[in-house]
Amino acid sequence: MARITLDHIRHAYGEKPKSEADYSLKEVHHEWNDGGAYALLGPSGCGKTTLLNIISGLLQPSEGRILFDGKDVTYLSTQQRNIAQVFQFPVIYDTMTVYDNLAFPLRNRGVAEPEVDRRVREILEMIDLAGWAKKTARGLTADQKQKISLGRGLVRNDVNAILFDEPLTVIDPHMKWVLRSQLKKLHRQFGFTMVYVTHDQTEALTFADKVVVMYDGQIVQIGTPAELFEKPKHTFVGYFIGSPGMNVLPAAIDGSSVTVGGETLTLDYRPAVSAGAKTELGIRPEFIALSHEGMPVSISKVEDIGRQKIVRAEFAGKPIAIVVPEDGEIPAEPRITFDPAAINIYADSWRVGREG
Amino acid sequence: MNKTWNNKAWFMVLPVLLLVAFSAVIPLMTVVNYSVQDTFGNNQFFWNGVSWFSDVLESDRFWQALGRTLLFSGIILTIQIPLGILIALNMPKKGLGVPVCLVLMALPLLIPWNVVGTIWQVFGRVDIGLLGRTLDALGISYNYVNNVFDAWMTLIVMDVWHWTSLVVLLCYAGLVSIPEAYYQAAKIDGASRWAVFRYIQLPKMKRVLLIAFLLRFMDSFMIYTEPFVVTGGGPGNSTTFLSIDLVKMAIGQFDLGPAAAMSIIYFLIILLLSWIFYTVMTSSDEQA
Ligand SMILES: Nc1ncnc2c1ncn2[C@@H]1O[C@H](COP(=O)(O)OP(=O)(O)OP(=O)(O)O)[C@@H](O)[C@H]1O
Ligand SMILES: [Mg+2]
Repeated sequence: MARITLDHIRHAYGEKPKSEADYSLKEVHHEWNDGGAYALLGPSGCGKTTLLNIISGLLQPSEGRILFDGKDVTYLSTQQRNIAQVFQFPVIYDTMTVYDNLAFPLRNRGVAEPEVDRRVREILEMIDLAGWAKKTARGLTADQKQKISLGRGLVRNDVNAILFDEPLTVIDPHMKWVLRSQLKKLHRQFGFTMVYVTHDQTEALTFADKVVVMYDGQIVQIGTPAELFEKPKHTFVGYFIGSPGMNVLPAAIDGSSVTVGGETLTLDYRPAVSAGAKTELGIRPEFIALSHEGMPVSISKVEDIGRQKIVRAEFAGKPIAIVVPEDGEIPAEPRITFDPAAINIYADSWRVGREG
Repeated sequence: MNKTWNNKAWFMVLPVLLLVAFSAVIPLMTVVNYSVQDTFGNNQFFWNGVSWFSDVLESDRFWQALGRTLLFSGIILTIQIPLGILIALNMPKKGLGVPVCLVLMALPLLIPWNVVGTIWQVFGRVDIGLLGRTLDALGISYNYVNNVFDAWMTLIVMDVWHWTSLVVLLCYAGLVSIPEAYYQAAKIDGASRWAVFRYIQLPKMKRVLLIAFLLRFMDSFMIYTEPFVVTGGGPGNSTTFLSIDLVKMAIGQFDLGPAAAMSIIYFLIILLLSWIFYTVMTSSDEQA
């Protein structure tokens, strides 16, 4: 139970990093609130695992400090930091029984045996392996192993934080849902700080109060799911969050007017764009209206995904996705209009707000 | 799984079978032949039944040699296995140290047996050997030629020097195959150094250790060249292991019958013990 501060953390795996590109973590400066539930989202290789390992102390950052409740723990061992971590690839001690696997972190810390028993049984129940307690962990299936791995992270209830690195990848959807709600319950009950890495955006968006999006060794945006959806700070967040992702179109900005595909729109503000920057307009498929008015598009494909239809079209030579309600009609000479409030302007991939 | 049966495949194994027949089965059968017959020269042989076998099994000489051999193997295994594990655990896992250590470890294994014997024979000599002279200078009385304890010590130290590397290399191979995630999980779980060894490293080394154990057992149980060169089986009969005794009997005294019988008994003992070790060690594997 701690507030975790990452103070200008940088990390390079190589000995002597020369250029920015040698850093797997470019610069992370962020505070995880005590008791917060965070989802960490990002593409493969963006540094999620690296960041978790730095928090738990398995890895020493090349630069920067880590503070728990304001106390510098940068040079403290994993054990001293008292953090639980569940790894991306399940680790089980396969000569031990399932029970002993779960008891291991407690026994190592000298917890009294009755308490160990109580905790382990609780976790066994939760991960639905109560009948397997006496079995050796060796012959278990991949999802059982992952559950044990998860269980070992949850069995200690006095930890400062629990870090989950995609803990549910091979668990079947129903069990995933059950475990996720169990996790939420535990979180509410014990109030540990929780960081949860996932590739799955629905998981991230339903589970966490704050979603942290990483890209190329950096945190590009931290926000509530709604913020990420409505105001992506970086075009990457726009692409990555939402399905289909945000449409990003090259645009010329002049004062408050935006020219995209030969059409000029007028914004009610003047984006602060410096000269020479690559400027783009971002609009989510949900905020494009398809009708007889507006800018012409040519439709290439319509995907029916149940309650909605995704229209794939070409607009000014660029592919564009449009979400249409199930009963929405698709005109013969389709034209589109953008919801002005949903337009985001990007300069060199970063969102620019209102000037002044 | 879908297996295709094709009896022509047996032809593929035929060359190997022939080779094994010539190199192992036929020589073995001649030994069997000798063990059940007697001869008075002139290439005339008489059926002798199992009397050579009972002679061997009733002689004190055989049991004493067997006892010495077992003791030697026992000591060798108790030293080399733990020592090998210990060294392997402390070998570097990355960097320049790895090739250096591996080459250093492999060196003793590359030296021919009789050369090893000769090296130690000279090394330990009281008149000119470095070891012998040094111990003498330190005031420690040491003479492997006439002191039983010193002779055994020399042979044991020599074998440890020669063969511990094998155990080290096998264990090391087992250790480097452990993914980093296991050590990370152990740290998170607050495991002690001992717990890491007991629950992560030892289980991963189990299979290679079994191989190391069997190889070292069979090899030390059959040791011949080195003691032959260093002590020649002495002082007295104190380092006359089964193999040395066998050669004495067969070549020295030319008692082919008893020697053949003894060979077969020797062979069966190795087979039996290896089988027992293997079964015991793999069955504990299944329970665990
Ligand atoms: N032990 C290591 N040695 C050298 N480079 C590493 C090491 N571990 C990771 N990297 C590099 O650091 C970068 C970030 O890796 P990291 O494992 O943190 O990514 P990730 O976000 O967890 O990816 P994934 O979603 O695939 O798990 C990658 O480019 C990777 O190649
Ligand atoms: Mg990862």
